[in-house]
Formats: sequence, structure tokens, C-alpha cells
Amino acid sequence: MDYAKLWFVLWAVLWTGYFALDGFDLGVGFSGWLAADGEEERGNVFSSLGPFWDGNEVWLITAGGATFAAFPPVYAGLFSWLYPALLLILFSLIARGVSLEFRGKVQSSSWKSFWERTAAVSSFSAALLLGVAFGNLFRGLEIGAGGYTGTFLGLLNPYALLTGLLFCAFFFFHGQLWLSFKTSGPVALKAARLAGGAWYALLLLFAAFAVYSYSATGLSGNFLERRSLLALPALLAAALVSAKVLLARGSGRGAFFASFAAIALFSLTGFAGLYPALLPSRLDPAFGLTVYNSSSSVYTLRLMTAATLVLLPVAVGCQVWVYRLFRTPLTAGELKRSGMY
Amino acid sequence: MDTLALSRLQFAVTAMFHFLFVPLTLGLGWLTAWFETRYARSGDENYLRLARFWGKLFLINFALGVVTGITMEFQLGMDWAEYSRYVGDIFGAPLAIEAMAAFFLESTFIGVWVFGWERLSRKAHAASMWIVAFATNMSALWILLANGWMQHPVGYVLRNGRAEMVDFKALLLNPYGWLEFFHTVFSGWVVAGFFVMGVSAWHLLRKNQEELFKKSFGAGAVFALASSLLVAGVGDMSAVNAAKNQPAKFAAMESVWETRTAAPYTLLVVPRLNGEGNAVEALKVPYALSLMAFHDPHAEVKGLKDFLPQDRPPVLPVFLGFRTMVALGALFILLSALGVFLWRKDLLGKYPLFLKAMLFAIPLPYIAIQFGWLVTEMGRQPWAVYGLMRTAEGVSKTLAPAQVWLSLGGFTLLYSALGAVDFWLLAKYARKGMEA
Repeated sequence: MDYAKLWFVLWAVLWTGYFALDGFDLGVGFSGWLAADGEEERGNVFSSLGPFWDGNEVWLITAGGATFAAFPPVYAGLFSWLYPALLLILFSLIARGVSLEFRGKVQSSSWKSFWERTAAVSSFSAALLLGVAFGNLFRGLEIGAGGYTGTFLGLLNPYALLTGLLFCAFFFFHGQLWLSFKTSGPVALKAARLAGGAWYALLLLFAAFAVYSYSATGLSGNFLERRSLLALPALLAAALVSAKVLLARGSGRGAFFASFAAIALFSLTGFAGLYPALLPSRLDPAFGLTVYNSSSSVYTLRLMTAATLVLLPVAVGCQVWVYRLFRTPLTAGELKRSGMY
Repeated sequence: MDTLALSRLQFAVTAMFHFLFVPLTLGLGWLTAWFETRYARSGDENYLRLARFWGKLFLINFALGVVTGITMEFQLGMDWAEYSRYVGDIFGAPLAIEAMAAFFLESTFIGVWVFGWERLSRKAHAASMWIVAFATNMSALWILLANGWMQHPVGYVLRNGRAEMVDFKALLLNPYGWLEFFHTVFSGWVVAGFFVMGVSAWHLLRKNQEELFKKSFGAGAVFALASSLLVAGVGDMSAVNAAKNQPAKFAAMESVWETRTAAPYTLLVVPRLNGEGNAVEALKVPYALSLMAFHDPHAEVKGLKDFLPQDRPPVLPVFLGFRTMVALGALFILLSALGVFLWRKDLLGKYPLFLKAMLFAIPLPYIAIQFGWLVTEMGRQPWAVYGLMRTAEGVSKTLAPAQVWLSLGGFTLLYSALGAVDFWLLAKYARKGMEA
């Protein structure tokens, strides 16, 4: 068994889990206020994330930790070469986390609106910058023989910005769908309408991203070489269409699951295109960090595989249980009892 | 300052700030779970109020512990890329396992505890806090096994230009990691015990909800006394361990310059600011240092002069940090024992001065912990991994000082603001008292 290849898959799965789960937290964070009218409705919007967001964010921590353990040079390169971008993502995630936690702690309109604005700005910048970072991965970084030679401004190239916008559109759609079945009354209705509109923007950005990726990156190579991989983007298209159909039929929950699948398939399509590189070089493929030149020793990878096979199912099981426990929206009484909203 | 100095400063600032929130989390979870279990078993609503009151303070504190923890994970790659490349094969595993084995649990079940009051039975709800408390302490275990490896690297070989793991069991059973774990979690429990005593004392002084706050004062006092005895016991073992495995650190902790057998313990020491040796050495207790370091009155204690100047840790901060920590540790035993005594005799109301002192004692365990980390981490210098990799070799090569200036400034501003808000919220909810 080639453990380095297996860990490429697990690495992709962990990032995918993060995008599909925290994606709706970020989307609600920066666009939820559009579906809400007045402080009470905004309270419903934010409390819909209450029991979940922290657990969702752990997928990011796990993806980061797994990168460190399984591909140390990738972890070192990604985080130090993209220093300013990572720093901004970090500040955004810190601000997002505290604003969700602090918002309901003081019963004052100006306090709440301050943290709502902070949540909106920080969620948006986290979504955008994560997209920009992965856009640059897809495009390839300026990695030379002696390491990275690019600049921060170079990261803000048109392709990466387009990927960033695509992430934002995805999370906007995902977040509004979440609200459409996790809240009730006018908020849910408005969220469903917003999601319906956002779908067209998402599709447009998606088409642009596909064309741009085909012409300006090496992502398509693997798909042309191994046609069976085309199943991923095909399923992605199907998931996007079903999200719209289900939404039109009034099933917010169904549409949310379809968009969950779409984000997951989008992410997996991207990773399938990257393989075998984790950090490809656009100067010369030989300088890129790949499963062949950047993985940990077989001993470590075997240990990590065993640990992951035991621990990750337990973690996922707990999360599934929590999603089922809080299947129905929190009642006003429960929110009051939580003492947090 | 160069990238190295700035990165070290940034790591110190962010780690010390992170560790303002972690210790209380480590202890207060257990106490909250304990109160709620008493409620779940007896149905006594007073215990429910205790659990909800302390649980709320737990949450406010927990929020900043979580968000500042992300920084710690990102930063090793951002500022210490060379370190991460060199040791990631062995050092990364415990961090990844921590996320999967502990952090998932605490982040998932904290939501269950906050929002699940009407969706779970009493016992299941109390269980969710037990899981959170257990998982936060497990987090500490994996992180400290990683740090323990930096202090005392085991289970690796140098191969392919890096340190590769060959024996996970050695990492898992590294005594250095376990001593650090117990010393750290017990000291976190001391923080929680003093926090609970201090806040309760504030209310008792004002005669608010006296019955309830007497209960929590008592629980805090017993918890603090037991933990401060445990922390001292493990502290003694840790010093022995340092003397054996990190002699330069131990020599700096005591500012010992000359190697000798049957070394005396010097009560009054003033290290020289420049150059080698101590300016003042007075009041020697014969054999005591050898006894302390090796539990043998005739053992040889290594002095700093046995190490090349570039292999010595900075002496003054390590020495002062260690003495302060030990003195405070002794004070915690005294104060908590007095607390237990006065609580058992129901005399707390008669000694308002003691109650006031306990309020002002809240920061002391925090200070002791920060000094403890200063001893551990500064005492390890000049090594990032003791004897294996120097800190200077670990810093990211692609990083310009200006970048770290900016990030350090950003962290300082953001953390100061968040710290101020969180402190204010804690004080606000602590003053509010329990629900009627």
C-alpha cells in the first residue's frame, strides 16, 4: 500500500469536510443579515449556528495538523510562503469566532450590531482568502529551486481572485440554504429566495472558473488522462442542478444536502486535478511539492492512518449525533435558557 | 530586531496569551461537571444554579482559548518553517492526533452543553460537561507530549535530512511529556480553584446568595488544596527530571555556576547581570541542592561553567521565574488549606480580610503558570529541540523582519482588545451572581 497516496486522499477529505461544513457558517456569517429584519431575526440567524460552528471549525485544525504530520514540507511551505495571507485568514477566523460567542452576551443593540458587523466582515474575508489561497494552489506557486520566489501581491492574481469569489458565492448559497430550513417564518422564506437568486451568480462564476482553469492551469491534465475522474465534475454539475430543483420544490433541507455534496465534489475535483502535487510550482513542475517528495516516513504515515481510522469515525459519529439532536431549530425558550442569545 | 528575535517574541506573546485562558478551562470544567452531577443525582436546584453560573464563566473563558489556539497551530508553519520541515515527521503526529482525539470532542460537546438543556436528560446533559472537561485535559496531554519531545527527544532517528519517527511508544511514554502534563493540568486546576474561591469570596463579602457561594467556595478550596499539593509533588519530580536530562536548564534555575558534589542550596542568590557567577550568595543549606536535584545528598550538580556560553540558557529570567513559581506554589498550599479550614468550621464570614485576600489571590496562580512556562521554554534555550536543533536553525528563511513586525503588531492589538473585552465579560457575569 502506498501510504503517501492514501494520505493525499485523506488530506483532500479533511479539507473537503472543512469547506462543506464551515462553509455554511461562513456564508451565514457574512450574508445571513440579508435574510433578517431587525435584531430578533438576526438573533435567529446567528443562533442557528450556535451548536455547530465550533465543531465544524475543528476540521480546519485537523486538516492543518494532518498536513503537518503527513506532509511537513507542505505545511512549512504553505504557511510560511503565504505568510500574509495565512495571517489574515487567522485574524479573520479569530474575529469570526469571538463575534459568534460574544454577540449575545450583552443585551444592547449597539453591542450586538458591532459583533454582527464583525462577524460579517471576518466571515467574508476568511471565505475570500481561503478561496484565494486554494486558487493559487490550483494555479501553481512561484516555487524555484531555492523555495518560494513570489510576493503577496502576486497572490492576488485574477485567477485566484476569481476562485475567492467562487468560494464566497458557494458559501453564500450554502449559508442561505442552511437558514431556509434551520429558521422559520420570514427569515426562512427570504433565505430561500436569496439562495435561488444566488444560484445563478454561482453558476456564472462556476462556468468562468471552469474555462479559466482549463486555459490557465494544469488542473485538467489528470481528467484528460484518466477519463473516469470526470465523474467528479459531472456529479458536481448534477448536485448543483438538483440543489436548484429541490429548492424550487420547497425542500430547503434537500437543497442544502445537494449544495453540501456540490461543495464536497468541487473540492475533490480540485484536489484530483492537483494530484500528485500538493503545492505545485508554476516555474517548473520539478520544484513542486508532491506526494513523492514531501511525505513523512512510512512509519509515521502508517501510525497516522491507524489513528485516523480509529479516531475520525468517532469524531464524525459525535458530530452526526449532534446534528440530529439539534435537528429542529432552537426554540425561543431554549435560546433564553442557553443564556447566550 | 531580526526575524529570529521577532519570531521568538511573537511566539512568546501568543503562547502566553493563549495560556491565560487554557488553565482555567482545564479546571473549571471538572468543577462545573461535578456541580451538575450533584444536581442530576439529587434534583437539588441549588446545584443546578451553581453549575449554570460557573459553566457560563467557563464558556466566556473557553471562547478565547479556542480562537487563540488556532494561532499556535498556524504559527509553527508560518514562523518556524525550518523547524517544521526538520521535525514534522515525529512532532506533527501528536498535534494531528490532538485535533482528532480531543479537540473534536470538546468543540462538539460544548455546544451540546450550552444548547441541550431541554433536549437531554439531566444525567446526559451533565455527561456532556464531563466529556468537555475530559477532552480539554486530553488536549493538554497530546500538546504536552509534543512539547515533551522538544524537551527530551526520543523515538527518532536522523535520516533523509530530518528527524524521523521510529518508535511512537517512546514518544507516548516519554516521562518528560507526562511530567509536564501532570504539572500543567494540576496547575490549571489550582487556577480554577482560586478563581472559584476568589469570585465566591467577592459575593460572600457582599452577603450575596451566601449559602450558594459558601458551597462553591468550599468546592474550590478543596479542589485547590488537593491540586496545589499535587502540583508541588509533580514539580519536585520535574526538577529531578530536569537535573538529569537538562542539566543546563537546572543550573540556570538555581543559578549554579560551579560543578560540585554534595551541593548546598543557597537561599539568597543574586546572579551577575553581566558575566559569569553570582554577585551575592548567602545562607547555604548544606547538601540540600544535591538532595533536591537527585534525592541524594552527595550527588554531583553540574554548574553553568561546564557549558559553553553559547549552550547556556538566559540565567536571570529562568532563575527568577523558578524562584517566583516555587514561592507562589507554597503560598497556594497555605491559602487553600486555610480556605478549607475556615470553610469547614463555617468561619468564612468572620474573616472578611481573608475573603478580600482570596479575591486578590485570583491572579497569583496565573502568574505562577506564566513563570513556569518561562522556565520551561527559556530554560530549553538555545535549543528548539534539546541537544538536537537550535532555535536559530528553526526559523523560516523566507520571512522578512517587516512581515513579522506587522504580524506581531497585529496580534498585540487584536489580542489586547479581545483580552480586555473577555475580562470585562468575565467580571460582568461573575458579579451578576447566580440565577434566582
